Amino acid sequence: MVAPLGATPGVAPGAAADARGPSNGHGAAGYFADDDETRARGLYRLLDEHGAPVGDLSWLDRALARRLYDGMLTIRVTDARMMALQRQGRIGFYGEAMGQEAAVVGSAAASLPDDWIIPALREAGVGLFRGMPLDSYLAQIFGNARDPSKGRQMPCHPCDRATNYVVMSSCVSTQIPHAVGVAMGMRLAGDAGRCAFGYMGDGGTSAGDFHVALNFAGVMRAPVVLICQNNQWAISTPGKLQTAADTIALKALGYGVPPMRADGNDVLAVYDACRRAAERARAGGGPTFIELLTYRVSAHSSSDDPSRYRDEAVTEVWRTQRDPLVRMQRLLEARGWLGAGESEQLAATIEARVREVIAAQEQVGPPPRSSLFDDVFEQPTWLLLEQRAALG
Amino acid sequence: MPVMNIIQAVNDALRLQMRAEPKTVVLGEDVGKFGGVFRATSGLHEEFGAERVIDTPLAEAGIIGTAIGMALYGLRPVPEIQFSDFIYPAFDQIVNELAKFRYRSGGQYPCPVVIRTPVGGGIRGGHYHSQSPETLFIHTPGLKVVAPSNPYDTKGLLLSCLRQNDPVLFMEPKRIYRASKNEVPEGDYTLEIGKLNVVRPGTQVTLIAWSGMVSIAEEAAIKADAAGISVEVLDLRSLMPFDIVGILASVTKTGRVVIVHEAPRTCGFGAELIASIQERAMEHLEAPISRVCGFDTPFPYTLEHEYMPNADRVLGAIRQTLEW
Ligand SMILES: Cc1ncc(C[n+]2csc(CCOP(=O)(O)OP(=O)(O)O)c2C)c(N)n1
Ligand SMILES: [Mg+2]
Repeated sequence: MVAPLGATPGVAPGAAADARGPSNGHGAAGYFADDDETRARGLYRLLDEHGAPVGDLSWLDRALARRLYDGMLTIRVTDARMMALQRQGRIGFYGEAMGQEAAVVGSAAASLPDDWIIPALREAGVGLFRGMPLDSYLAQIFGNARDPSKGRQMPCHPCDRATNYVVMSSCVSTQIPHAVGVAMGMRLAGDAGRCAFGYMGDGGTSAGDFHVALNFAGVMRAPVVLICQNNQWAISTPGKLQTAADTIALKALGYGVPPMRADGNDVLAVYDACRRAAERARAGGGPTFIELLTYRVSAHSSSDDPSRYRDEAVTEVWRTQRDPLVRMQRLLEARGWLGAGESEQLAATIEARVREVIAAQEQVGPPPRSSLFDDVFEQPTWLLLEQRAALG
Repeated sequence: MPVMNIIQAVNDALRLQMRAEPKTVVLGEDVGKFGGVFRATSGLHEEFGAERVIDTPLAEAGIIGTAIGMALYGLRPVPEIQFSDFIYPAFDQIVNELAKFRYRSGGQYPCPVVIRTPVGGGIRGGHYHSQSPETLFIHTPGLKVVAPSNPYDTKGLLLSCLRQNDPVLFMEPKRIYRASKNEVPEGDYTLEIGKLNVVRPGTQVTLIAWSGMVSIAEEAAIKADAAGISVEVLDLRSLMPFDIVGILASVTKTGRVVIVHEAPRTCGFGAELIASIQERAMEHLEAPISRVCGFDTPFPYTLEHEYMPNADRVLGAIRQTLEW
């Protein structure tokens, strides 16, 4: 676990990333009784790599288990379809969450409708899980006239006010202080029993806003759950080049924010860790930082080719042996909660629905030219009106 | 009617609005118990408590970043940046986040944060307590920039800013925080954002200024008057949006324009004003529009009064304009 002293950062990035794999697991028993530092160095896990329980699952019923599994499958199928669409040149860009579905869905499932989501770049699935309409998600990707944000950002920047899903910018980590601010707002407004979920990537934990936000979260004791999807890569930069800390969760200690660290490919561990953190926040117990250890099995985005900078044999191990869906599927099958062929059937249903929405959204034209000038301010200034008139 | 200085006017506006609107929250470095290094928030902590008058850690990106989060949630945060020279750690939050939230969400997430910050030199503050950064923010789509020059305008404009739904950078002229005094109504009133004020009518030259330069412009106009030159002084009050109608009304009358600003000359807001005026009033202009500005140097310490426009430099520009 602890990197040897003098280890050269960045050497053999693939190997370094693999060394942080979840093989050094920490069963449920006692994890939450441990002190902060032990938790920050450990790894909470409820399912082993074969889907066998290694902790208390008495709280898990079929309905929740299937919600988690079906949610992961929805992301897997939707992402695959959208990547295909990108390769066909029908959308300009796409960023998928392949291999990270457990982190996305497990955390989403721990949120309540009144909670707020302040996402980074891999959490569109959190929005979909919480009821963001697939139509508006796809409309945003096409940037068409039905896009609630009127075609103003590149694909994968969805926005859904109805489900408290805040629209992200492309700027890494700027959203983390927003999450803390939303949480401060909840407390100030007297809206007890709510919390904010703020997300980030491992690369994002190197940015100034990460440190500023954790410091504010700690000082203000804001009802916020800060979640880092540590997929071990930031485009081509491996985790070892982001930080000399042994784990990312350790960083939270310095800010007085209680840390947790969980196997991000174990949807049950993710859910349980996030649920505990959210319950503490909603009850007035302050912030939590959660590192979810996972792996970016896909490329960074449709514009990236990871074979140029990393050992794809390592990726293959994560893809074939640590797939979060397979792990959960084994548990479901063992408990008789997923029948033979049911998963394939479900995937086909999801894909058909996605294709149907794509077909509809692809027909929708661009937003009207004049909309270019809307929403800069509540009311356009004379300058905007003049420019709008000149555009014609 | 009570006489107030600018600090008292800010304080009065904040107190009025915090009483009227419980969602209004003040935050920043030393704004709570201490009442701010310039005392602008003095007494608010006692009246409204630590929950609504928040002493924050020393991190401008965090002050603006969390203010954005609170505004998204529906509150009305009024962060203070202690000196505008220290706004740059929050520049990304202001430019890429605050100013773009309404637009990038298609209007779903407005972000009404009013950032108060003291600007300008003349207090022996050197590079880092003297800057006038308005251009950077006027050039940021989605942000309003308001720059009052006196207590009456400060209170009326700040109340307006706190009651509209767009983000604002509210620049306060720190050199005259206490020196500038006038009568300020006790109760509620607002001044329209985007409307200038003719502080001194005249016929021969239009002199445009804002913030701490308005008093310098007035001084120059008085000197010009003594020399038989009639100068009309415009206080822009609001820079984004700026009052083109009011400017043109004066320029079409005088045909001659001098612009005064403290910020560096090149790409200063004066340049935009010149472009806008000549596009619309070329046929009325009798002379090139001239500028009296800070220099394209970092703001100096010992020689700050050489750097800052003064009445004599402005008068020189007025004479040149007339002689052209
Ligand atoms: C401030 C900033 N710098 C650089 C970029 C370009 N960029 C986009 S994503 C990314 C890597 C992000 O890595 P990480 O935070 O680990 O998230 P992941 O992509 O792995 O989910 C970079 C460098 C950016 N968007 N914002
Ligand atoms: Mg990453």
